[in-house]
Amino acid sequence: MEGLFNLAPLVILAPAVGLLINLFIGGRLRERSVGWIASIAAGTSFVFAAVLSFGLARSPAGGAVYVTDWVKLPLAGVDIAWDLRVDTLSVTMMLAVAGVGTLIHVYAIGYMHGDAGFRRFFVYLNLFLVAMLTLVSGNNYLVLFVGWELVGLCSFLLIGFWLHKPERDPETGEIAGYKNTAAAKKAFIVNRVGDFGFLLAILLIFWTFGTLTYGPPVAAHGEEDGAHGGAATLAAQEAEVASEDGLCVPHGEGVFEMAEAFMAAGCDVKLGSSRVPIGAMITLITLLMILGVTGKSAQIPLFVWLPDAMAGPTPVSALIHAATMVTAGVYMVTRSNVLYELARGVSVLPFGLTSPGVLTIIGALTAFMAGTVALAQWDIKRVLAFSTVSQLGFMVAAVGLGGYIAGMFHLVTHAFFKALLFLSAGSVIHGVEHGHHHAHDAPEGPEEKTFGYRHGVLDPQDMRNMGGLRQKMPATFWVYLIGALALAGIVPFAGFWSKDEILLDAYSRGDATGWFALILLMTAAAFTAFYMGRQVFMIFFGAPRTQAAAHAQESPPIMTRPLVVLAFFSAVAGFLNWPGTHSFGHWLQESVAYAHIADFNLALALLATLLALLAIFFAALLYYWRPALRADGADRLGGLGRLWRFLNRKWYWDEFYELIAVQPFNGIGRFLAGRLDGDFLHDWFHDTLIWRSFDRAAAFLGAFDLKIIDGAVNGLGWLAAQAARYLRRVQTGYVRQYALGVLVGAIVLLFILVLPLLIANSG
Amino acid sequence: MEPVSTGAYVIVSAILFTIGVLGVLIRRNAILMFMSVELMLNAANLALVAFAREYAQVEGHVLTFFVMTIAAAEVAVGLALIVAIFQSRETINVDELSDLKQ
Repeated sequence: MEGLFNLAPLVILAPAVGLLINLFIGGRLRERSVGWIASIAAGTSFVFAAVLSFGLARSPAGGAVYVTDWVKLPLAGVDIAWDLRVDTLSVTMMLAVAGVGTLIHVYAIGYMHGDAGFRRFFVYLNLFLVAMLTLVSGNNYLVLFVGWELVGLCSFLLIGFWLHKPERDPETGEIAGYKNTAAAKKAFIVNRVGDFGFLLAILLIFWTFGTLTYGPPVAAHGEEDGAHGGAATLAAQEAEVASEDGLCVPHGEGVFEMAEAFMAAGCDVKLGSSRVPIGAMITLITLLMILGVTGKSAQIPLFVWLPDAMAGPTPVSALIHAATMVTAGVYMVTRSNVLYELARGVSVLPFGLTSPGVLTIIGALTAFMAGTVALAQWDIKRVLAFSTVSQLGFMVAAVGLGGYIAGMFHLVTHAFFKALLFLSAGSVIHGVEHGHHHAHDAPEGPEEKTFGYRHGVLDPQDMRNMGGLRQKMPATFWVYLIGALALAGIVPFAGFWSKDEILLDAYSRGDATGWFALILLMTAAAFTAFYMGRQVFMIFFGAPRTQAAAHAQESPPIMTRPLVVLAFFSAVAGFLNWPGTHSFGHWLQESVAYAHIADFNLALALLATLLALLAIFFAALLYYWRPALRADGADRLGGLGRLWRFLNRKWYWDEFYELIAVQPFNGIGRFLAGRLDGDFLHDWFHDTLIWRSFDRAAAFLGAFDLKIIDGAVNGLGWLAAQAARYLRRVQTGYVRQYALGVLVGAIVLLFILVLPLLIANSG
Repeated sequence: MEPVSTGAYVIVSAILFTIGVLGVLIRRNAILMFMSVELMLNAANLALVAFAREYAQVEGHVLTFFVMTIAAAEVAVGLALIVAIFQSRETINVDELSDLKQ
């Protein structure tokens, strides 16, 4: 069945074809055709991914598919081919990306209906699928990096999709800025920081191992006995691993097998003039990768772009900023699990930390921090955005703890229920906007309250403007509820199973990092249940708080049907890795060398569920059994005062970056542009020093040229002219005068000739 | 009869030459100026043959023939020029032929 693997390029090709069709002839097609072409392209990609998974079911070890030569420098020993890797990990990602992607494409046909940039939107969406599938299917770090950068580009393009949409000042109603373009730029620039770290990691990998190819996953622990058969070949291999003076010698095909061999040999890597032990080198590589992870997967300290990225269209938030792109970091760590597990045994960092430990702490802190912030937001998408950051923190913490299966499992379930939640939120926004237009048509009814109004303009994303949507939008309500329960981790929805595995990994780790992560993640999980309860109660229960909410309309079937599909998977995806069978775990173990299957822990599961239910109970206490907003329009939690503001302002992260990064940068920019370039270089150096001194010199030399040089030349000319004026008179034209002249001359000559004779004779 | 002295020949030659010079300087008619020039040449010829006889040298006689030959050629060219000038200008007054002055 390995022949099926050769279909792998088609997975990427399908959306590329859809992209090209829409790009070149989409302008002549009807809107709906454009949308369906893009959706069918995405669906085709999913079908091919499914076919690959059937192939893998027969030969689960997977393989690499050669596509084309790429970077080839024979003299430098560089030969990086464009290979695709078909194994259980990459195909899992392909299925999640293409599957969720297809549903979001279909949904977007309805959501983007009537938008001027409809075709552009679908071209971007298909381009994103191409990029993301390239990222997950590459067989070396360079292909992964190409995908990594391309998804960043697509993210930038799609966040800024409504680039002309102005943001109005709440006081004056004037255009205050362009939120979408600002968010797009923020996302791109913040991601650059992370990408820089990742690029350095890739360069160091190449420096150390001489290749970027992943290579076969190192034999899982159970199979090691079989490998001992050829002791002679092992010895021969070890001779090549390290040179005589203890330097690592790249010898194999793949990074991971070489990393294992180098660690076993304990050799050094030359870096500049110093020698770095291989363990420290791998720690450095993995730490730099973590910087990339914090950028792409929105972890502390680089997560700040993701909440702002929700300015983009809702399908984009669902596809890119919830389900797929932001999980690239988790995928990358899982793919590099060999390096992380090797680094786990090396303690070169202060406080006995290791790089996976750092990753765990970052993930756990992010999960906790974002969880608290989500408690105090009003914007429906912003709550989900921080929820996404928090859940990504769960995944990152999981892979940091070595729970690669748990992390990937949560990645997949999260892709389903978070895409579902975002799309449902889009449906809610859509409904409220329609209700707003209807309310204007029907001006009767109670006075409009103005919680979320800005200068008379309704903010359809503000949950304070909603309420009671359960009756108006029943389909959306039910799917939203399923998504919320899945996210909150309530049995038996998908989120419960995957989150439980992460908590179990933290619990079974047993060291300080594990306990630290367990406490933070437990708290974050409780917060998750609370803010999802708050959101559901605020949106769907109680009385409508605005005319727009009272007149809200259910979205068209093309939007709700994909939601139903996603809701189904959000409900049942937990069975993928059902405790006892662990089919997902066994599936991933084929490609993730250090994956281990965690057993179900009833006590932990009960504790987590109890916490979640308690949190929902508190949410109901505040937002269901009483009006969701206080009489003065403040939140029920507003009584927390300063703490509430702290959470509402997102821990002042943006202000913090404004202070330590943006303002100094602007200050430096002002200094460089104003003082250095403007005052010094332009005004002083250029204008004063060069221009004016040149001017002076030119004035002096000009005068010298005009007066002295020209004077001399003109003087000679003047002299000749004056001489000619007098001598001209001699030329009278009277031939007799000339004859007289000749005569006089002859007489003078005669005298000159004869006079000496006369003098001589007389003497 | 006592031969005429060389000094007398030279005096006659000087008188002729002076008449020629004055003719060239005074007359405005080109033909007359031309005749005056011939007179000067003949005065020179007379002086040449006179001194040739005085010193019994033959070079003076020979040179006289050269001068006569050149004078004949000069007359041929000069008269042709004067005729051409007269045909185009209808005058041979040299004072009116001053076009080449500045």
